[in-house]
Amino acid sequence: MGRKVGIEVSIAAADAAALCDVDVVAAYPITPQTHVVEHLAELVASGHLDAEFVPVESEHSAMSVCCGSVAVGARTFTATAAQGLALMAEIVYIAGSMRLPLVMFLSNRALSGPLSIWNDHSDAMMVRDCGWIQVFCEDGQEVFDAIIHAFRVGEDPQVSLPVMVNVDGFVLTHVIEPIEYWTKEMVQKYLPPFQPVSRLTPEKPVSMGAFGMPEIYLEQKMAHNVALLNSRPIIEKGWTELAELTGRKYSAVETYKVDDAETIILGMGTICSTSSLAVDKMRAEGKKVGLVKLRLWRPLPSDDLRRVLAKAKDVVVLDRAICPGGGNAPVTSEIRAIMYTEPERPRIHCMIAGIGQRDVTPDDVCAMVDMALSQSIKDYHIYGVRG
Amino acid sequence: MLEMRFHGRGGQGAVTSAELVARAAIDSGKYATAFPSFGPERRGAPVVAFARVDDQPIRLRSKIYNPDVVIVLDPSLLDIANPTEGLREDGLLIINSSHDVEAIRKRLGYKGKIAVVDASRIAKEVIGLPITNTTMVGALVKGTSLLTVEALIGPFQDRFGKIAARNIEAMKRAYAETNVNH
Repeated sequence: MGRKVGIEVSIAAADAAALCDVDVVAAYPITPQTHVVEHLAELVASGHLDAEFVPVESEHSAMSVCCGSVAVGARTFTATAAQGLALMAEIVYIAGSMRLPLVMFLSNRALSGPLSIWNDHSDAMMVRDCGWIQVFCEDGQEVFDAIIHAFRVGEDPQVSLPVMVNVDGFVLTHVIEPIEYWTKEMVQKYLPPFQPVSRLTPEKPVSMGAFGMPEIYLEQKMAHNVALLNSRPIIEKGWTELAELTGRKYSAVETYKVDDAETIILGMGTICSTSSLAVDKMRAEGKKVGLVKLRLWRPLPSDDLRRVLAKAKDVVVLDRAICPGGGNAPVTSEIRAIMYTEPERPRIHCMIAGIGQRDVTPDDVCAMVDMALSQSIKDYHIYGVRG
Repeated sequence: MLEMRFHGRGGQGAVTSAELVARAAIDSGKYATAFPSFGPERRGAPVVAFARVDDQPIRLRSKIYNPDVVIVLDPSLLDIANPTEGLREDGLLIINSSHDVEAIRKRLGYKGKIAVVDASRIAKEVIGLPITNTTMVGALVKGTSLLTVEALIGPFQDRFGKIAARNIEAMKRAYAETNVNH
């Protein structure tokens, strides 16, 4: 077993990447991701991590360097947030379609404007369709474990896809909390050396990232989609073996007090911890409320979600991104879509909250559930707007 | 669960105080979280930091609105804001001040539990700098039954390396000199 320490989540995340013995880190510092990159730079500079740290001049370059380094077979890590992700977005899509298994720590932050450095999920939603595996973390331990799991899954030759580990900016990145570190031996047992499906080498030239003519583009997109969907058993296997090593069992969809729940709250990331307290509170009042935490955003675990949600009368989705001019919000949209074909389905309510890090307390979650059940809100409600 | 709010000025180490308390609690087998007030911070400007300590895992991720303990690292902060805002009725106010308890009570209109220590003087004498983050941790240990002085020695050594000894000394001095008044 590893040792349990009180440490800032960002520092632990960098240590997790270092424990995976990354070969290349290419990143540009941006709040609230900065501590991750700073710590990795320190580890490289002090000789504790034998890796190439590429201090790029922009996030577009960061992701480009990452693509190049994975293409030659180097284990690669990067981190960004919001505007940084926006700047690298072009290459994020390229990394996905080229099936380059790098790992990115995304310190979730609201997209500007107005300029905000604070937390919500609008950045992740901007690149929702980039074709990466995307997970959302609730606490520091999950972040640490998710990074090691990400390398293991993404680099699996059957998967060969980049992985995005979403971590709520500030609310999680800047918190000091207990985290159990893995030992080097545990990581070596869990994570085999990176053996890319194909690599750029002068000895055996290959073309990577060739353009897709109309005759082949569709098939390429289809193949990418199939690869992402087929990554699911490998993701699950990674979690099963992680449980054997650590005793911590993760799953794509996690539930809390849902067995007899008539109302289910659904969220991603740290809002789930707060919501679990709201569930306890409402249970104490005799209300049959439960919680679903969606960890795996891509590939979406539609099967598990349908199974868990179909039994409820009402589902209250806590969405952390605004979709201006849209029909609802990103997570609700998915939940409504996958439940639409079910013969019996719950009412699905869309509550948009925690935008730009407007605080969400357990009482706020209770209030949102009450509003959803008692008022006829048709498409969505943006909670907590003043004035 | 015990919730704490630390008031300081940027550079005085309020965030470090919260961090040291959380680390010591975690090392003692408890659960704890510590976090800064999220956002940009500037040297000299008022800053706050927070910590939560509990015997069970901490699920609450929202801000701290009603702390059980408020720790004021810099006496000049009393001139610009009332640090007792939101403090629970049965809470504890811990202040770095050279004034006596009654003078502080009168000034803040505060009737609750209070602990006072002249941390700036102790820090200047022991560390040679008026940086009171470690000194005020000693006052916190004295004022609450949360942690022991011994529990903080490990985190102090990890955090400060060569200068840990002086900071531990400052903490112990503050522990001895803090006047707790119910």
